[in-house]
Amino acid sequence: MTLNMGPQHPSTHGVLRLELQTDGEVVHSARPHIGYLHRCFEKHAENVDYPGVIPFTDRMDYVASMNNNLGYALAVEKLMGIQVNNRVRCIRIIMAELNRIASHLLAAGTYGIDMGSYTPFLHCFRDREKILDLFEETCGARLLYNYNWVGGLMYDIPPGFEKKVIDFLDYFEPLVDDLNRLLSYNYIFIKRTANVGILPPDVAINYGITGPNLRGSGVKFDVRKDEPYLGYEEFDFDVQVGVGEHGPVGSCYDRYIVRIKEVKESCKLVRQAVAKITPGDVQESIPKRVKPPAGEIYMRTECPRGELGYYIVSDGSLKPYRVKVKSPCFTAMSAFHEISRGAMISDVIAIVGSLDIVLGEIDR
Amino acid sequence: MGVLEGKFEENVLITSLDKLFNWARAGSLWPMTFGLACCAIEMMATGASRYDLDRFGAGAFRATPRQSDVMIVAGTVTLKMATRIKRLFEQMPAPKYVISMGSCANNGGPYWQHGYHVLKGIDEVVPVDVYVPGCPPRPESLIEGLIQLQKKIERESLAKKTERGAA
Amino acid sequence: MKSEEIAAQLSEKFGDKVIESKLGVVTPWTVVDPGVILDVCRFVRDDQRFLMDHLELLGGVDFKDRIEVVYIPYSMKHGHRHTIKCRLPRENPRIQTVESVWAVANWHEREAYDMFGIVFEGHSDLRRILCPDDWEGYPLRKDYKFPTRYRDMPV
Repeated sequence: MTLNMGPQHPSTHGVLRLELQTDGEVVHSARPHIGYLHRCFEKHAENVDYPGVIPFTDRMDYVASMNNNLGYALAVEKLMGIQVNNRVRCIRIIMAELNRIASHLLAAGTYGIDMGSYTPFLHCFRDREKILDLFEETCGARLLYNYNWVGGLMYDIPPGFEKKVIDFLDYFEPLVDDLNRLLSYNYIFIKRTANVGILPPDVAINYGITGPNLRGSGVKFDVRKDEPYLGYEEFDFDVQVGVGEHGPVGSCYDRYIVRIKEVKESCKLVRQAVAKITPGDVQESIPKRVKPPAGEIYMRTECPRGELGYYIVSDGSLKPYRVKVKSPCFTAMSAFHEISRGAMISDVIAIVGSLDIVLGEIDR
Repeated sequence: MGVLEGKFEENVLITSLDKLFNWARAGSLWPMTFGLACCAIEMMATGASRYDLDRFGAGAFRATPRQSDVMIVAGTVTLKMATRIKRLFEQMPAPKYVISMGSCANNGGPYWQHGYHVLKGIDEVVPVDVYVPGCPPRPESLIEGLIQLQKKIERESLAKKTERGAA
Repeated sequence: MKSEEIAAQLSEKFGDKVIESKLGVVTPWTVVDPGVILDVCRFVRDDQRFLMDHLELLGGVDFKDRIEVVYIPYSMKHGHRHTIKCRLPRENPRIQTVESVWAVANWHEREAYDMFGIVFEGHSDLRRILCPDDWEGYPLRKDYKFPTRYRDMPV
């Protein structure tokens, strides 16, 4: 029987259509159909100037938009050969890691809803609101920031910001254990996710999967360690991988628990970055007109969902010639039919939730 | 409004019934989960603990159109998705209302100029009651949009010379 | 391996099928003949010095006189990457699929077909992925004319 989990569905995290061929409850093949949110980002990028592309990059992965901006800004800066000062670097790291925490909280909360428990969602959103308050104080927006500009930042952090960040971390770190007690150590949650959606590491690499999805399969690979940018090599943090505590390595549970462990690593990174901030002007390296020399660049950064890559071709004018984005969720979704072979329909929902997809990034 | 609309003359019985029906309808508008893009995250935040939407009666998000009263279209509607919106709207039972949330749903948003695949505003396919501007609108804006919709519902009437709702 | 070495090894193995290389820039690249792309990709994935098992990007770029297909494979073990390009004519861009080398190329090639009209020979399921199936035209080409209506909706 052919079953359609249509574009409007409470558990598909956006407008994703899954065409399932089932035999009663067991799924023989699951074909994802995407494109319901194709907003022509790459065409827009060719028609506006370089700084004007940044708001469009926000809206691709709308849950972690600081990281999207960062990837694009770093790519253009590398093409132009701009160096930013230490203050800009530290603030960028603080914002990127706070946004990583917010994004993982949202992933955990919505995964809880998919599995049937509503309370972790409310707890996660309560803490996420505090992070959004910090962002709102800095740049005025709650969700889509347009903050990392080519060569610097939009605004400097307000006075007292560092203290508020440390206060937030002191409040939040003990609450991760609360969340674990609610969800991660919950017997029903473990039963529903621990033996489901096994992704072997070689299949993951062949399908180009990166980020927590790859690390959940046991592969220790993180762009921040292997090809550091922004000064990450001076920071002390661990790369968390899935170890298969409740089932085979590479299950949905491993991918989920890697995200929760990464939240704690991000807290460590934010504390170190706050300690390293030096006074300075965040807008001193912003060029009057962003006009990179002709050439091309491929730059990748570690987003909460994986490795986001920007391939920018410049012809020496004020507008980019071509901006191609390599989206981590796109590659994760391309392996979906492989992961979900032989699963039951309710397991399909568990797998989609564990891959943590955002359709804005898949469809661009 | 269904079978009863426009069949009665205005009198005191009808105005009391009006008040009762409108109070019931406005006080428990159940939205359908139709979050498409970034505005969906703000809609989720509106339904979560800080900006609680349940205190307005609109907290029970139904997944199916057949049990919902209002469709909050949150996010960009692409051409591939537009036929589905129309079909979902037709599946909702009357009285039904539509809130267009965010500038993409209002008139195409930031994608108005070069978006070959973006529908420039959902009022091309469904009739809209309330437009909530913003990119994305703050949760307070969405709540204001809901309150405006409640005020609009309270102006509806069973009497003959009435302006129709979105049904 | 440095990009100079990678380009030198490719030239040595494939001779005059390697058309051009640009090194010493931020992102070095090598242009190869489209007819040997499948062999080149298999070579960079399997050869022990390369071991590029992870395809990072596969995309198209539309220049005025040609369409280029760009491949960026990366090696998890050695940590190096190199950009490989193929130049195709604009009228009828056809190239072999590398789906058998990296499984993720399936979806990337479908997107390149959707956006540029590049036909990948041997692809198992070449149809549009982002635009609807009955969409006309290839949107990311530079001479694309925006449609005014789609079915009965104004665009």
